Amino acid sequence: MFISEERKRYLSKIKREKLFVSFFRFLIIFIFIIGWEVLARFDIINTFTFSSPSLIIKTFAELLRNGSLFSHIGITSYEVILCFLLATIIGLLFAVLLWFVPIFSKIVDPYLTVLNSLPKVSLGPLIIIWVGASINSIILMSLLISTFITIINIYNGFTSTNKNYIILLKSFGANKWQIFKYVVFPSNMQVIISALKINVSMNLIGVIMGELLVSKKGIGYLIMYGSQVFNINLVITGVVILGIISYLMYFIIDTFEKNFNNK
Amino acid sequence: MKNKLLSIVNLKKIYHTKNDDVLALEDISFDVYENEFISIVGPSGCGKSTILSILARLEDKTSGIISFKDNLSVGYMLQDDCLFEWKSILDNCLVGLEISKKKTDEGIEYVLNLLRTYGLYEFKDMYPSSLSGGMRQRVALIRTLALNPDVLLLDEPMSALDSQSRMAIGEDIYNIIKNEGKTAIMVTHDLNEAISMSDKVIVLSKRPATIKNIYEINLDSKTTPIKNRSDDKFSFYYDNIWRDLDVHI
Repeated sequence: MFISEERKRYLSKIKREKLFVSFFRFLIIFIFIIGWEVLARFDIINTFTFSSPSLIIKTFAELLRNGSLFSHIGITSYEVILCFLLATIIGLLFAVLLWFVPIFSKIVDPYLTVLNSLPKVSLGPLIIIWVGASINSIILMSLLISTFITIINIYNGFTSTNKNYIILLKSFGANKWQIFKYVVFPSNMQVIISALKINVSMNLIGVIMGELLVSKKGIGYLIMYGSQVFNINLVITGVVILGIISYLMYFIIDTFEKNFNNK
Repeated sequence: MKNKLLSIVNLKKIYHTKNDDVLALEDISFDVYENEFISIVGPSGCGKSTILSILARLEDKTSGIISFKDNLSVGYMLQDDCLFEWKSILDNCLVGLEISKKKTDEGIEYVLNLLRTYGLYEFKDMYPSSLSGGMRQRVALIRTLALNPDVLLLDEPMSALDSQSRMAIGEDIYNIIKNEGKTAIMVTHDLNEAISMSDKVIVLSKRPATIKNIYEINLDSKTTPIKNRSDDKFSFYYDNIWRDLDVHI
């Protein structure tokens, strides 16, 4: 295929820009890590309070060797996935119910708003008293944080469905269930997927918050334990692992969304 | 003797809002005969579309009598083509049949035939996003025709299109309706469209709407909508209807 000079220039411009972006992305993290390490090595910062990249790698290797790393990651991931599934199912079913019974949605509207805006962490002590200092508290905390926002986002999507489509279906004599099945649900797939995206990060926040309050395992526990024994290496290693987990979860949902859009 | 399909007598519609009651249609009466193409024109917001909504049973009337001929069925078509982007062209055309639980082999065959006749058969497995605006509107019309309605209610079917497409699609829709032997009631704000396509133009007053005038369009040589526009009598109707509309700028 013939490629004109102008097109070549255009393509190489795009390529150069991409390279430029990747280079500086890498440079930032590189300078950050090297700078941190250098400052630590020359005792400019105190590694007891600030740790250092090499100490974090050491801690990481230690956790890997004694086998606790994967059990901590496993328990946190398990909690997040469980909460994600529960919050999605509850959120979706509740949003459907609100759409089907508008009068019900009018009645509960102020409660939803209050429950959504209430800082759920304030319920922490109550949750522990009610359901006990166990994994149940963690799950309840995470669900409280993510479910209301899921309900509200999906329900808002449902109610802003293009009215013309509903009129069209009504002109064919469609009942409410048919309207839902033919247009309200399918036209809101995009909204539902972005609600799931928010849901994942909300659940991670909830689970870590729960683990900080009560737990004997998990990344949140690792961080809390580290701070109690003043092992800053452990705390920062926990935060780094958390960063990796949240990126992976985001990546999974994002890939799912892209696949869905390409279909 | 023309066959009367439906008649509307003293139709009245009041909308209730929180602050007050709005009289949209005050007193509307007209008859519709088989194979007629009727246009309803009027100032914007006068309630033209409300008449169609009531005929399509999407809204209730406040008072008046609407009598349909026995077993008369109506099909409704909106300005927005409302195609489901996630369904193929064929599945889009079958939506009405599915919803009214009439998706029989015969029904499907009828739709396939319509697609074949109107040049959309090879697109039947494609998705709406790959069609032009005009083709999409044709699909929307076939979806309405799928239920084989006696009367088509067209609510500004072309107003979402640019002016060149409008003429072409107007021609297209007109031909399909005439070919299929349908009766049509179209709401439009475009006088050219109304006069060139219709047998009868009903002019409404501004809100609360009453009927100002009904014109039987008798052009010298009635052919296709685009050719009708150059008929000698065309401007006579245009001027009269324009005067009736009483537009103040």
